[in-house]
Amino acid sequence: MESDITGAPAEMASEWKQGGTAGLPQVSDTRNPGQPLDLDWVMSVQANRSAIERRCATLPGRRSVKKEWQAAWLVQAIRCIDLTTLSGDDTEGRVRRLCAKARQPLRSDLAEALGVSGITTGAICVYHDMVAAAVDALRESGIPVAAVSTGFPAGLSPYHLRVAEIGESVAAGAKEIDIVISRRHVLTGNWRALFDEMAEFRRACGAAHVKAILATGELGELRNVARASLVCMMAGADFIKTSTGKEAVNATLPVTLVMLRAIREYHERTGYRVGYKPAGGISKAKDALTYLALVKEELGDRWLQPDLFRFGASSLLGDIERQLEHHVTGAYSTSWRHPMA
Amino acid sequence: MTVQEILETMEYGPAPESAAPARKWIEDVGGAFGHFIGGVLTDTGAQTFDSTNPATGEVLAQLTQADQSDVDSAVTAARNAQPAWEGLGGHQRAQFIYAIARLMQKHARLFSVLEVLDNGKPIREARDIDIPLAVRHFYYHAGLAQLMAREMPDRRAIGVCGQIVPWNFPLLMLAWKIAPALAAGNTVVLKPAEYTSLTALLFANICQEAGLPSGVVNIVTGDGEVGRMLVEAPVDKIAFTGSTAVGREIRRATAGSGKALTLELGGKSPYIVFDDADLDSAIEGLVDAIWFNQGQVCCAGSRLLVQEGVAERFHAKLKARMDKLRVGDPLDKSVDVGAVVDPVQLQTITKMVDEGGSEGEVYHAQVQMPEGCYYPPTLITGLAPAARLMQDEIFGPVLVSTTFRTPDEAVALANNTRYGLAATLWSENVNLALHVAPKLAAGVVWVNATNLFDAAAGFGGVRESGFGREGGWEGLYAYTRADIPEPVSVHVPEPSPADLHTLGGIDRTAKMYIGGKQTRPDGGYSRAIRLPNGALAGHVGEGNRKDIRNAVEAAEKASGWATTTGHSRAQILYFVAENLAVRGNEFADRINRLTSSDSGVDEVNASIARLFSYAAWADKFDGAAKGVPLRGLALGLHEPVGVIGALCPTEAPLLGLISALAPAIAMGNRVVLVPSEAFPLAATDFYQVLETSDVPAGVVNIVTGTASELAPVLAAHAAVGSVWNFTDAGLDKLIEEASAATLKRTWNFRTAWDGAAGEGRHFLRAATEVKTVWVPYGV
Repeated sequence: MESDITGAPAEMASEWKQGGTAGLPQVSDTRNPGQPLDLDWVMSVQANRSAIERRCATLPGRRSVKKEWQAAWLVQAIRCIDLTTLSGDDTEGRVRRLCAKARQPLRSDLAEALGVSGITTGAICVYHDMVAAAVDALRESGIPVAAVSTGFPAGLSPYHLRVAEIGESVAAGAKEIDIVISRRHVLTGNWRALFDEMAEFRRACGAAHVKAILATGELGELRNVARASLVCMMAGADFIKTSTGKEAVNATLPVTLVMLRAIREYHERTGYRVGYKPAGGISKAKDALTYLALVKEELGDRWLQPDLFRFGASSLLGDIERQLEHHVTGAYSTSWRHPMA
Repeated sequence: MTVQEILETMEYGPAPESAAPARKWIEDVGGAFGHFIGGVLTDTGAQTFDSTNPATGEVLAQLTQADQSDVDSAVTAARNAQPAWEGLGGHQRAQFIYAIARLMQKHARLFSVLEVLDNGKPIREARDIDIPLAVRHFYYHAGLAQLMAREMPDRRAIGVCGQIVPWNFPLLMLAWKIAPALAAGNTVVLKPAEYTSLTALLFANICQEAGLPSGVVNIVTGDGEVGRMLVEAPVDKIAFTGSTAVGREIRRATAGSGKALTLELGGKSPYIVFDDADLDSAIEGLVDAIWFNQGQVCCAGSRLLVQEGVAERFHAKLKARMDKLRVGDPLDKSVDVGAVVDPVQLQTITKMVDEGGSEGEVYHAQVQMPEGCYYPPTLITGLAPAARLMQDEIFGPVLVSTTFRTPDEAVALANNTRYGLAATLWSENVNLALHVAPKLAAGVVWVNATNLFDAAAGFGGVRESGFGREGGWEGLYAYTRADIPEPVSVHVPEPSPADLHTLGGIDRTAKMYIGGKQTRPDGGYSRAIRLPNGALAGHVGEGNRKDIRNAVEAAEKASGWATTTGHSRAQILYFVAENLAVRGNEFADRINRLTSSDSGVDEVNASIARLFSYAAWADKFDGAAKGVPLRGLALGLHEPVGVIGALCPTEAPLLGLISALAPAIAMGNRVVLVPSEAFPLAATDFYQVLETSDVPAGVVNIVTGTASELAPVLAAHAAVGSVWNFTDAGLDKLIEEASAATLKRTWNFRTAWDGAAGEGRHFLRAATEVKTVWVPYGV
């Protein structure tokens, strides 16, 4: 996996490699260094919505996880959550509470009964102004702080400010940057502009990992999702992510399938593994299991780890806690039995 | 396993469906079953056999092998019940069928689990596909029962239907057979496959719970011998789903019996992937095409045709996908491929792959294989069309593959088969997809999808995949018959060698008409045609098998006619009528003299009117967009059958000929007509009209001669799609027997040709195949 992609800008590749895995204990793969924009490849991609929807509609019937296996999968889902707050009324106090929950997402007696320890969420995800508080609250936990950036959620602020925002968040201690792409580049078929934008964002991130938010609900068609996914990976995205959570339609299974297949194709052709993060609208434990099964089926077990898979979610954790308590006690649970964030 | 350990592996773990309720149902009847006859579940008979679970080999129950008296009782019960059942009327029948649907839905899980135990298919498929589709079929047909009287006023029930269903979709095939039969007012005797009779017996419970009148549904169990008894029993129709070999036997056995017949047989359905397809989705489609139900699916997309430029990538992706399939306990909810139905079938599959696989490269999915009656998902690449495994149906989880270069070559390869059940094609280019779909020899075409089924959409094949459709209005039609007046009797003049005087004047030589040319008979013999008074009216050629060969060859060449527009065909039919009218008096005289009657003017006028009728129909026999539960189109297209051989009625020498010719060519077929044996001269005069009317060469061919000699040649000819016998009923048997080799459609029909039944939709239906083209869409 160490081989350079021929033709990748040398200084870019070396800079990105220097970034390596620093600061992200759970990351074990070499970062995706990107590659030159390959428009032949991008334009050859197809995505047949009806077939994709059939695959997604039948998957929950094809894969079922029960009993201990279900419990384990739900624990794994917790480990993959980017516990998120992205509200105008966020305060340091609110963020600190969230961080405390990230450190101990599962009631200790439940963790004990399940025989697991040291379970934390994958990351905390906040706006820039909350990064410092989050970093402070998560000190020595190993849990990274992710900052949404580049004029999140619309991405329509001045370009130089968007690039600068990344630097500010990295400086404040964010280890992961969730950037938003310019949807207009996709909608107008300006793949070169999308590639250049993404590459620059990646450079601005330095050692911090970059997640490319495609805002799939605003891309019009699934084929655009597939093409945008590829272009962002070619430009060096570490993760591709569905949504900001602010679009009318956020993470869906069909969009997920398209993005997972793009990731698989990219891995097959380049050898680099890019991560995937569905965000927005996933609030049920059952849905989380379906997402994990889809990832397992389409990408394989390697992608079921938090360095390559995250849920962007705020309320999902609560439902998982209730389901796990049911697993342990055999009785259905309720929200106030679990510590809130 | 501990949670911590599972976290390391992230395996699925077991997810078993409980078999307890299904086992209890079997135990409650003592683990042994008789038949369902006249509303009663009979006691176990003298001879019983084991029903086993193929996944484990355990014996599930004892079933009774029906004997002749059982079959007779069942048929008698059905016969006795039929008039009252039909007499109930559509609304009452609809209520019963609706009740059946509701009850099946209430017991859906029991049906599902029982089906899995009996057949070995994964619970996911029984639960999510087989049973819901079966229920849907009854709901849909409750609706058809309700509407039939108003919407099909000229049709009524056929009577008693013998129905034989296979083991691959036991309950679903039962539903496909029983629902339309009951809707139309028929009663049935159904024989499930001996491997898989349990859900049919559970269905008998449902009939009782629904209060279905006794004898409307009867079920007899047993092996092929019982099937044979049923075929030979005094029933009015046989409906069979199963192998082509058995279908052929049934065609022979029922030949000349007057029993209606529909056959849904084998296939080797092509699965075409163009280079602009969504390849990942096409691969997922293959999972549902060939690894669905362990590949034991008549319409399985078993013959993969991939465009050369993407073939290597496609095969690599496909192999990776195959390795992800989960083979094992059919009751596990996360299993994709279950058990093969019986060790005998497993042996057949194994032997075929062992013997034929070496012509290509065999890839078995790298998956954990359980012990027992299982076969791994298999791909065989690099096979040429000539390879046996490219031609023969394997009926197992084995996909064979080859490549093509162009759309035309894809079509040629796809159609290079004796079968014609289904076809799948993948392309993101709507022009390409809709260009190719009509060219595929198949009753069902799926575009960017596969194995989509619904009660509203017709399903059935062409060529050796059988005939008749199940589902939709066309499916109901196959369970009805028309009430038509008895044909008039005809006086055929006896030759009188004593009286040899001619009509005088210059001798006119009546020839045959083949490929747009007047031709002499191959044999060099002519036959004398006499007037009723014995006088010589003229000579016509004595056609033989080579004349039929030549005529069919000419008809095959005129394939462009099938793709001319309805408007163009109408113009030509009008022109034929116009030119006939110009010579109307001459034809009328000829008919009067030949038949010694004064009906000539009427017959000519009726012929002109009939030509007008079918000219009118040429662009109006519309297909339909079916109301399937899918975001997409399911189009029922009316396509020409191809080459139709027609034995024209003895009486009405001109009108009878037109009655066959006009609907056939209006729908885009080419015809080989054998004119009235007694009065062929009206036909030989008629080719002059054709010649002056822009009818393209080969579209209409006329071979005079002895019908009983020519009919079997037409019926046996592989390039003839259907044979219509409008003449001597004594030829029906000959024709149907000869048709068995190629399983072509046949239509025996006699009527008063100048009456209302002498034209109309029933002719158009006979002249067309319904092809269902599924086109899901979305961005």
